[in-house]
Amino acid sequence: MSAVVGTVPDQDFPLVCGNVRVSEQNLFIDNHCVAVNRGTPALLATAAKACAFFGADPPMAYLAGDIGGGGGSRKVYAYLEQILGQCRYESITFHYIQPDVDWHNRVLFAVEDMHPRPMLIADAGFMYAAKMSGQAAAYAVFTPDMGELAFLADPEAPHPFYTRGFIFHEPHRVKELIASAYVHGNASRYLLVKGKTDIAADENGILNTVSQPVVPAMEAIGGTGDIITGLISAFTGLGKDSLTACIQASAVSRLAGKLADPDPGTRVMDIIEQIPAALKRFFEEK
Amino acid sequence: MFENTSEVIGAENVLKKGGWRIRVMGPPPEIRTGCDLVIEFPLVSELEIVRTLEEAEITPLQVVAVSDGLLEPVNVFFTTDYGEFLMVQAANMKITVDKRDLTVVNISGGGCPDVPYLAAQMVGRRLDQAPEPRSIGHTLCGYALQLAFEEITRKCLP
Repeated sequence: MSAVVGTVPDQDFPLVCGNVRVSEQNLFIDNHCVAVNRGTPALLATAAKACAFFGADPPMAYLAGDIGGGGGSRKVYAYLEQILGQCRYESITFHYIQPDVDWHNRVLFAVEDMHPRPMLIADAGFMYAAKMSGQAAAYAVFTPDMGELAFLADPEAPHPFYTRGFIFHEPHRVKELIASAYVHGNASRYLLVKGKTDIAADENGILNTVSQPVVPAMEAIGGTGDIITGLISAFTGLGKDSLTACIQASAVSRLAGKLADPDPGTRVMDIIEQIPAALKRFFEEK
Repeated sequence: MFENTSEVIGAENVLKKGGWRIRVMGPPPEIRTGCDLVIEFPLVSELEIVRTLEEAEITPLQVVAVSDGLLEPVNVFFTTDYGEFLMVQAANMKITVDKRDLTVVNISGGGCPDVPYLAAQMVGRRLDQAPEPRSIGHTLCGYALQLAFEEITRKCLP
Protein backbone atom coordinates (compact mmCIF):
# COMPACT_ATOMS: atom_id res chain seq x y z
CA MET A 1 0.00 0.00 0.00
CA SER A 2 1.21 3.50 -0.79
CA ALA A 3 0.86 6.75 1.08
CA VAL A 4 0.76 10.23 -0.43
CA VAL A 5 1.66 13.37 1.48
CA GLY A 6 0.73 16.81 0.23
CA THR A 7 -1.55 19.81 0.42
CA VAL A 8 -4.77 21.07 -1.12
CA PRO A 9 -5.31 24.69 -2.20
CA ASP A 10 -7.97 25.49 0.39
CA GLN A 11 -6.99 27.52 3.44
CA ASP A 12 -9.78 25.97 5.53
CA PHE A 13 -9.12 22.33 4.65
CA PRO A 14 -8.14 20.59 7.89
CA LEU A 15 -5.37 18.09 8.50
CA VAL A 16 -6.80 14.77 7.33
CA CYS A 17 -5.52 11.24 7.03
CA GLY A 18 -7.48 8.57 5.21
CA ASN A 19 -8.06 6.48 2.12
CA VAL A 20 -9.17 8.36 -0.96
CA ARG A 21 -11.84 7.71 -3.55
CA VAL A 22 -12.65 9.56 -6.75
CA SER A 23 -16.11 10.45 -7.94
CA GLU A 24 -16.80 12.59 -11.00
CA GLN A 25 -14.49 15.60 -10.74
CA ASN A 26 -13.92 15.30 -6.99
CA LEU A 27 -11.65 13.50 -4.57
CA PHE A 28 -13.03 12.32 -1.23
CA ILE A 29 -11.06 11.62 1.94
CA ASP A 30 -13.40 10.50 4.72
CA ASN A 31 -16.15 13.11 4.52
CA HIS A 32 -13.94 15.79 3.01
CA CYS A 33 -14.20 16.70 -0.64
CA VAL A 34 -11.72 18.51 -2.85
CA ALA A 35 -11.77 19.26 -6.58
CA VAL A 36 -9.37 17.33 -8.78
CA ASN A 37 -7.78 20.13 -10.72
CA ARG A 38 -4.05 19.89 -10.19
CA GLY A 39 -1.48 19.39 -7.45
CA THR A 40 -1.75 16.63 -4.88
CA PRO A 41 -5.47 15.96 -5.56
CA ALA A 42 -4.57 15.21 -9.20
CA LEU A 43 -1.80 12.88 -8.06
CA LEU A 44 -4.15 11.11 -5.63
CA ALA A 45 -6.95 10.78 -8.17
CA THR A 46 -4.53 9.19 -10.61
CA ALA A 47 -3.14 6.81 -8.01
CA ALA A 48 -6.64 5.88 -6.84
CA LYS A 49 -7.77 5.08 -10.38
CA ALA A 50 -4.66 2.99 -10.99
CA CYS A 51 -5.11 1.08 -7.73
CA ALA A 52 -8.77 0.45 -8.58
CA PHE A 53 -7.75 -0.89 -11.99
CA PHE A 54 -5.57 -3.49 -10.27
CA GLY A 55 -8.13 -4.20 -7.53
CA ALA A 56 -5.82 -2.80 -4.88
CA ASP A 57 -6.50 -0.55 -1.91
CA PRO A 58 -6.40 3.15 -2.72
CA PRO A 59 -3.50 5.19 -1.37
CA MET A 60 -3.56 6.61 2.13
CA ALA A 61 -3.56 10.41 1.96
CA TYR A 62 -2.02 12.82 4.44
CA LEU A 63 -3.27 16.28 3.52
CA ALA A 64 -3.84 19.76 4.87
CA GLY A 65 -4.99 23.00 3.32
CA ASP A 66 -2.21 25.37 2.30
CA ILE A 67 -2.30 28.23 -0.18
CA GLY A 68 1.36 29.09 0.21
CA GLY A 69 1.62 30.47 3.71
CA GLY A 70 3.09 27.22 4.94
CA GLY A 71 0.78 26.66 7.91
CA GLY A 72 -0.91 23.58 6.46
CA SER A 73 2.43 22.15 5.37
CA ARG A 74 3.79 22.49 8.91
CA LYS A 75 0.73 20.65 10.27
CA VAL A 76 1.44 17.77 7.89
CA TYR A 77 5.14 17.73 8.74
CA ALA A 78 4.43 17.69 12.48
CA TYR A 79 1.81 14.93 12.19
CA LEU A 80 4.13 12.74 10.12
CA GLU A 81 6.93 13.19 12.62
CA GLN A 82 4.63 11.81 15.31
CA ILE A 83 3.00 8.88 13.54
CA LEU A 84 5.21 7.52 10.77
CA GLY A 85 7.16 5.27 13.10
CA GLN A 86 3.98 3.24 13.68
CA CYS A 87 3.01 3.04 9.99
CA ARG A 88 3.71 0.43 7.34
CA TYR A 89 3.76 1.35 3.65
CA GLU A 90 5.44 -0.02 0.54
CA SER A 91 6.07 3.52 -0.63
CA ILE A 92 5.49 7.09 0.47
CA THR A 93 5.19 9.91 -2.05
CA PHE A 94 5.85 13.46 -0.88
CA HIS A 95 4.42 16.19 -3.05
CA TYR A 96 3.20 19.83 -2.86
CA ILE A 97 4.55 20.88 0.51
CA GLN A 98 6.20 24.13 1.50
CA PRO A 99 9.94 23.39 1.31
CA ASP A 100 11.44 23.55 4.78
CA VAL A 101 14.77 21.88 5.44
CA ASP A 102 14.38 21.49 9.19
CA TRP A 103 10.93 19.93 8.94
CA HIS A 104 12.07 17.74 6.05
CA ASN A 105 14.83 16.31 8.17
CA ARG A 106 12.53 15.63 11.10
CA VAL A 107 10.17 13.69 8.83
CA LEU A 108 13.07 11.76 7.32
CA PHE A 109 14.21 10.77 10.82
CA ALA A 110 10.69 9.45 11.46
CA VAL A 111 10.85 7.43 8.23
CA GLU A 112 14.06 5.79 9.44
CA ASP A 113 12.06 4.36 12.37
CA MET A 114 9.70 2.53 9.98
CA HIS A 115 10.09 -1.23 9.55
CA PRO A 116 10.38 -2.15 6.79
CA ARG A 117 11.62 1.15 5.44
CA PRO A 118 9.30 2.31 2.62
CA MET A 119 10.43 3.39 -0.80
CA LEU A 120 10.49 7.20 -0.82
CA ILE A 121 9.36 9.25 -3.81
CA ALA A 122 9.58 13.02 -3.91
CA ASP A 123 8.15 15.51 -6.37
CA ALA A 124 7.29 19.22 -6.33
CA GLY A 125 8.12 21.21 -3.19
CA PHE A 126 9.23 18.24 -1.15
CA MET A 127 11.80 17.35 -3.82
CA TYR A 128 13.16 20.89 -3.43
CA ALA A 129 13.41 20.39 0.33
CA ALA A 130 15.03 16.96 -0.09
CA LYS A 131 17.73 18.43 -2.32
CA MET A 132 18.28 21.45 -0.09
CA SER A 133 18.67 19.19 2.94
CA GLY A 134 21.52 17.23 1.36
CA GLN A 135 19.52 14.01 1.92
CA ALA A 136 18.58 13.27 -1.70
CA ALA A 137 20.23 9.86 -1.59
CA ALA A 138 17.63 8.72 0.94
CA TYR A 139 15.03 8.73 -1.84
CA ALA A 140 14.27 6.08 -4.45
CA VAL A 141 12.78 8.44 -7.04
CA PHE A 142 12.71 12.13 -7.88
CA THR A 143 10.58 13.24 -10.82
CA PRO A 144 12.05 16.55 -12.05
CA ASP A 145 11.32 18.30 -15.31
CA MET A 146 14.27 19.77 -17.19
CA GLY A 147 14.30 22.98 -15.18
CA GLU A 148 14.15 21.08 -11.92
CA LEU A 149 16.91 18.76 -13.14
CA ALA A 150 19.07 21.83 -13.67
CA PHE A 151 18.23 22.88 -10.12
CA LEU A 152 19.33 19.45 -8.84
CA ALA A 153 22.50 19.73 -10.88
CA ASP A 154 23.43 23.10 -9.39
CA PRO A 155 24.90 22.53 -5.92
CA GLU A 156 24.20 26.11 -4.83
CA ALA A 157 20.68 26.69 -6.17
CA PRO A 158 18.07 26.65 -3.38
CA HIS A 159 15.11 26.68 -5.80
CA PRO A 160 14.53 26.36 -9.58
CA PHE A 161 13.75 30.07 -9.60
CA TYR A 162 17.41 31.02 -9.65
CA THR A 163 19.31 31.15 -12.91
CA ARG A 164 22.73 30.59 -11.37
CA GLY A 165 24.56 28.61 -14.00
CA PHE A 166 21.61 26.70 -15.38
CA ILE A 167 19.58 27.17 -18.48
CA PHE A 168 16.20 25.81 -19.41
CA HIS A 169 15.19 24.08 -22.62
CA GLU A 170 18.56 22.55 -23.31
CA PRO A 171 17.79 18.85 -23.67
CA HIS A 172 21.20 18.20 -25.19
CA ARG A 173 22.67 18.95 -21.75
CA VAL A 174 20.59 16.34 -19.98
CA LYS A 175 23.44 13.84 -19.57
CA GLU A 176 25.68 16.53 -18.13
CA LEU A 177 22.98 17.72 -15.73
CA ILE A 178 22.18 14.20 -14.55
CA ALA A 179 25.87 13.55 -13.93
CA SER A 180 26.24 16.80 -12.01
CA ALA A 181 23.20 16.02 -9.84
CA TYR A 182 24.76 12.70 -8.81
CA VAL A 183 28.28 14.07 -8.38
CA HIS A 184 27.00 16.66 -5.93
CA GLY A 185 24.80 14.17 -4.07
CA ASN A 186 21.59 15.92 -5.12
CA ALA A 187 19.81 13.03 -6.83
CA SER A 188 17.73 10.11 -5.65
CA ARG A 189 18.62 6.54 -6.58
CA TYR A 190 16.60 6.95 -9.79
CA LEU A 191 15.57 10.10 -11.60
CA LEU A 192 12.64 10.27 -13.97
CA VAL A 193 13.23 13.45 -15.96
CA LYS A 194 9.92 14.54 -17.46
CA GLY A 195 9.89 16.19 -20.87
CA LYS A 196 9.32 15.67 -24.57
CA THR A 197 11.23 12.46 -23.94
CA ASP A 198 10.97 11.07 -20.44
CA ILE A 199 14.36 9.86 -19.20
CA ALA A 200 15.02 7.33 -16.46
CA ALA A 201 18.53 7.57 -15.05
CA ASP A 202 20.72 6.62 -12.15
CA GLU A 203 24.28 7.42 -11.09
CA ASN A 204 25.59 5.58 -14.15
CA GLY A 205 23.62 7.74 -16.56
CA ILE A 206 20.56 7.22 -18.76
CA LEU A 207 18.91 3.83 -18.31
CA ASN A 208 15.79 4.13 -20.42
CA THR A 209 13.76 6.63 -22.39
CA VAL A 210 10.09 6.88 -23.28
CA SER A 211 9.10 9.21 -26.10
CA GLN A 212 5.90 7.77 -27.55
CA PRO A 213 3.19 8.69 -28.02
CA VAL A 214 3.99 12.38 -28.54
CA VAL A 215 1.34 14.77 -27.20
CA PRO A 216 2.81 18.31 -27.37
CA ALA A 217 -0.11 19.99 -25.57
CA MET A 218 0.70 18.04 -22.39
CA GLU A 219 3.51 20.49 -21.58
CA ALA A 220 1.06 23.33 -21.07
CA ILE A 221 -1.46 21.42 -18.98
CA GLY A 222 -1.11 21.83 -15.24
CA GLY A 223 -1.04 18.48 -13.47
CA THR A 224 0.42 16.20 -16.13
CA GLY A 225 3.53 15.72 -14.00
CA ASP A 226 1.25 14.87 -11.09
CA ILE A 227 -0.23 12.07 -13.19
CA ILE A 228 3.19 10.49 -13.69
CA THR A 229 4.03 10.73 -10.00
CA GLY A 230 0.61 9.34 -9.08
CA LEU A 231 1.20 6.34 -11.30
CA ILE A 232 4.65 5.77 -9.79
CA SER A 233 3.08 5.95 -6.35
CA ALA A 234 0.42 3.38 -7.27
CA PHE A 235 2.86 1.05 -8.98
CA THR A 236 5.40 1.06 -6.15
CA GLY A 237 2.56 0.56 -3.66
CA LEU A 238 1.68 -2.56 -5.63
CA GLY A 239 5.22 -3.83 -5.16
CA LYS A 240 6.84 -2.91 -8.46
CA ASP A 241 10.48 -1.88 -8.28
CA SER A 242 11.02 1.84 -8.62
CA LEU A 243 12.71 1.81 -12.04
CA THR A 244 9.95 -0.32 -13.58
CA ALA A 245 7.37 1.94 -11.94
CA CYS A 246 8.98 5.03 -13.50
CA ILE A 247 9.13 3.61 -17.01
CA GLN A 248 5.60 2.21 -16.94
CA ALA A 249 4.23 5.43 -15.42
CA SER A 250 5.76 7.45 -18.21
CA ALA A 251 4.30 5.21 -20.90
CA VAL A 252 0.83 5.02 -19.33
CA SER A 253 0.60 8.78 -18.78
CA ARG A 254 1.48 9.38 -22.43
CA LEU A 255 -1.17 6.90 -23.52
CA ALA A 256 -3.73 8.63 -21.31
CA GLY A 257 -2.75 11.93 -22.88
CA LYS A 258 -3.19 10.56 -26.36
CA LEU A 259 -6.58 9.06 -25.51
CA ALA A 260 -7.75 12.42 -24.13
CA ASP A 261 -6.67 14.18 -27.36
CA PRO A 262 -5.96 17.40 -25.46
CA ASP A 263 -5.22 20.94 -26.52
CA PRO A 264 -3.28 23.38 -24.30
CA GLY A 265 -6.54 24.45 -22.67
CA THR A 266 -7.55 20.95 -21.57
CA ARG A 267 -8.00 20.34 -17.81
CA VAL A 268 -5.96 17.56 -16.28
CA MET A 269 -9.05 15.69 -15.06
CA ASP A 270 -9.91 14.95 -18.69
CA ILE A 271 -6.61 13.10 -18.94
CA ILE A 272 -6.97 11.39 -15.55
CA GLU A 273 -10.30 9.99 -16.70
CA GLN A 274 -8.41 8.11 -19.40
CA ILE A 275 -6.08 6.36 -16.91
CA PRO A 276 -8.06 3.08 -16.72
CA ALA A 277 -8.23 2.84 -20.53
CA ALA A 278 -4.52 3.66 -20.80
CA LEU A 279 -3.64 1.01 -18.20
CA LYS A 280 -5.77 -1.54 -20.05
CA ARG A 281 -4.16 -0.76 -23.37
CA PHE A 282 -0.60 -0.70 -21.96
CA PHE A 283 -0.80 -3.96 -20.04
CA GLU A 284 -2.80 -5.73 -22.74
CA GLU A 285 -0.20 -4.73 -25.33
CA LYS A 286 2.57 -5.98 -23.07
CA MET B 1 15.47 39.37 4.99
CA PHE B 2 11.86 38.70 5.86
CA GLU B 3 9.73 36.14 7.64
CA ASN B 4 8.34 34.73 4.40
CA THR B 5 8.17 35.29 0.68
CA SER B 6 4.79 37.02 0.96
CA GLU B 7 6.45 39.79 2.96
CA VAL B 8 9.18 40.10 0.35
CA ILE B 9 6.56 40.53 -2.36
CA GLY B 10 4.77 43.10 -0.21
CA ALA B 11 8.01 44.94 0.50
CA GLU B 12 8.86 45.00 -3.19
CA ASN B 13 5.47 46.53 -3.99
CA VAL B 14 5.83 49.21 -1.30
CA LEU B 15 9.39 50.14 -2.19
CA LYS B 16 8.83 50.23 -5.95
CA LYS B 17 5.75 52.39 -5.50
CA GLY B 18 7.98 54.70 -3.41
CA GLY B 19 10.41 55.00 -6.29
CA TRP B 20 13.21 53.00 -4.72
CA ARG B 21 15.54 51.15 -7.07
CA ILE B 22 15.63 47.76 -5.42
CA ARG B 23 16.00 44.17 -6.61
CA VAL B 24 14.46 40.93 -5.40
CA MET B 25 17.27 38.42 -5.08
CA GLY B 26 18.20 35.14 -3.43
CA PRO B 27 20.21 35.20 -0.22
CA PRO B 28 23.71 33.77 0.10
CA PRO B 29 23.87 30.22 1.55
CA GLU B 30 24.94 31.27 5.05
CA ILE B 31 21.69 33.10 5.74
CA ARG B 32 19.23 30.82 3.92
CA THR B 33 16.47 29.07 5.84
CA GLY B 34 14.37 27.63 3.03
CA CYS B 35 13.09 28.96 -0.26
CA ASP B 36 14.04 32.53 0.41
CA LEU B 37 14.03 35.87 -1.31
CA VAL B 38 15.61 39.08 -0.08
CA ILE B 39 15.36 42.72 -1.07
CA GLU B 40 18.66 44.19 -2.22
CA PHE B 41 19.25 47.91 -1.76
CA PRO B 42 22.22 50.25 -1.40
CA LEU B 43 23.33 50.11 2.23
CA VAL B 44 23.45 53.88 2.39
CA SER B 45 19.63 53.90 2.14
CA GLU B 46 19.09 51.50 5.04
CA LEU B 47 17.41 53.91 7.43
CA GLU B 48 14.92 55.23 4.92
CA ILE B 49 14.19 51.82 3.48
CA VAL B 50 13.56 50.26 6.88
CA ARG B 51 11.41 53.21 7.97
CA THR B 52 9.32 52.94 4.79
CA LEU B 53 8.79 49.24 5.41
CA GLU B 54 7.93 49.72 9.07
CA GLU B 55 5.35 52.36 8.13
CA ALA B 56 3.82 49.72 5.83
CA GLU B 57 3.96 47.21 8.72
CA ILE B 58 6.39 44.98 6.84
CA THR B 59 9.32 44.79 9.20
CA PRO B 60 12.37 42.90 7.96
CA LEU B 61 13.86 40.19 10.17
CA GLN B 62 17.32 41.59 9.60
CA VAL B 63 19.41 43.76 7.32
CA VAL B 64 22.65 42.14 6.21
CA ALA B 65 25.56 43.75 4.40
CA VAL B 66 26.86 41.61 1.54
CA SER B 67 29.38 42.42 -1.17
CA ASP B 68 28.54 39.41 -3.33
CA GLY B 69 26.81 36.05 -3.16
CA LEU B 70 23.27 37.16 -3.96
CA LEU B 71 21.60 34.88 -6.46
CA GLU B 72 20.09 36.30 -9.61
CA PRO B 73 16.44 35.32 -10.12
CA VAL B 74 15.43 34.12 -13.55
CA ASN B 75 15.13 36.77 -16.20
CA VAL B 76 14.83 34.61 -19.30
CA PHE B 77 11.47 33.70 -20.77
CA PHE B 78 10.54 30.90 -23.15
CA THR B 79 7.51 31.21 -25.36
CA THR B 80 5.69 28.39 -27.13
CA ASP B 81 3.09 29.24 -29.77
CA TYR B 82 0.49 26.49 -30.15
CA GLY B 83 -1.51 28.40 -32.76
CA GLU B 84 -4.67 29.28 -30.86
CA PHE B 85 -2.79 29.14 -27.55
CA LEU B 86 0.34 30.88 -26.26
CA MET B 87 2.48 29.60 -23.38
CA VAL B 88 5.16 31.60 -21.55
CA GLN B 89 7.61 29.97 -19.14
CA ALA B 90 9.62 31.80 -16.48
CA ALA B 91 11.87 29.55 -14.43
CA ASN B 92 9.78 26.58 -13.36
CA MET B 93 6.38 28.20 -14.02
CA LYS B 94 4.27 28.24 -17.19
CA ILE B 95 1.13 30.17 -18.05
CA THR B 96 -0.99 29.51 -21.14
CA VAL B 97 -3.68 31.70 -22.63
CA ASP B 98 -6.21 31.21 -25.40
CA LYS B 99 -5.23 33.88 -27.90
CA ARG B 100 -8.79 34.19 -29.19
CA ASP B 101 -10.24 35.65 -26.00
CA LEU B 102 -7.11 36.04 -23.77
CA THR B 103 -8.45 33.63 -21.19
CA VAL B 104 -5.92 31.95 -18.93
CA VAL B 105 -6.47 28.26 -19.69
CA ASN B 106 -3.64 26.57 -17.82
CA ILE B 107 -0.90 27.13 -15.26
CA SER B 108 1.69 24.42 -14.80
CA GLY B 109 5.04 23.72 -13.20
CA GLY B 110 6.34 24.64 -9.79
CA GLY B 111 6.17 22.84 -6.50
CA CYS B 112 5.12 25.24 -3.77
CA PRO B 113 1.60 24.98 -2.31
CA ASP B 114 0.40 28.29 -3.71
CA VAL B 115 0.72 27.04 -7.30
CA PRO B 116 -2.53 25.05 -7.30
CA TYR B 117 -4.20 27.95 -5.46
CA LEU B 118 -2.95 30.50 -7.98
CA ALA B 119 -4.15 28.27 -10.81
CA ALA B 120 -7.57 27.94 -9.23
CA GLN B 121 -7.85 31.74 -8.93
CA MET B 122 -6.51 32.58 -12.40
CA VAL B 123 -7.58 29.84 -14.80
CA GLY B 124 -10.78 30.69 -16.63
CA ARG B 125 -10.32 34.45 -16.29
CA ARG B 126 -9.16 36.91 -18.92
CA LEU B 127 -5.59 38.13 -18.53
CA ASP B 128 -6.77 41.63 -17.64
CA GLN B 129 -9.28 40.33 -15.10
CA ALA B 130 -7.22 37.64 -13.38
CA PRO B 131 -5.59 38.47 -10.04
CA GLU B 132 -1.86 39.04 -10.35
CA PRO B 133 0.22 36.31 -8.70
CA ARG B 134 2.04 39.00 -6.70
CA SER B 135 -1.23 39.95 -5.04
CA ILE B 136 -2.21 36.48 -3.81
CA GLY B 137 0.94 34.33 -4.09
CA HIS B 138 3.34 33.57 -1.27
CA THR B 139 6.36 31.70 -2.58
CA LEU B 140 9.19 31.71 -5.07
CA CYS B 141 7.01 29.71 -7.46
CA GLY B 142 4.37 32.43 -7.12
CA TYR B 143 7.00 35.04 -7.83
CA ALA B 144 8.16 33.18 -10.94
CA LEU B 145 4.55 32.97 -12.11
CA GLN B 146 4.27 36.74 -11.67
CA LEU B 147 7.17 37.19 -14.08
CA ALA B 148 5.56 34.82 -16.58
CA PHE B 149 2.25 36.63 -16.13
CA GLU B 150 3.88 40.01 -16.82
CA GLU B 151 5.61 38.65 -19.91
CA ILE B 152 2.50 37.06 -21.42
CA THR B 153 0.52 40.20 -20.62
CA ARG B 154 3.16 42.27 -22.41
CA LYS B 155 2.86 39.99 -25.43
CA CYS B 156 -0.94 39.77 -25.52
CA LEU B 157 -2.22 43.10 -24.19
CA PRO B 158 -0.87 46.15 -26.01
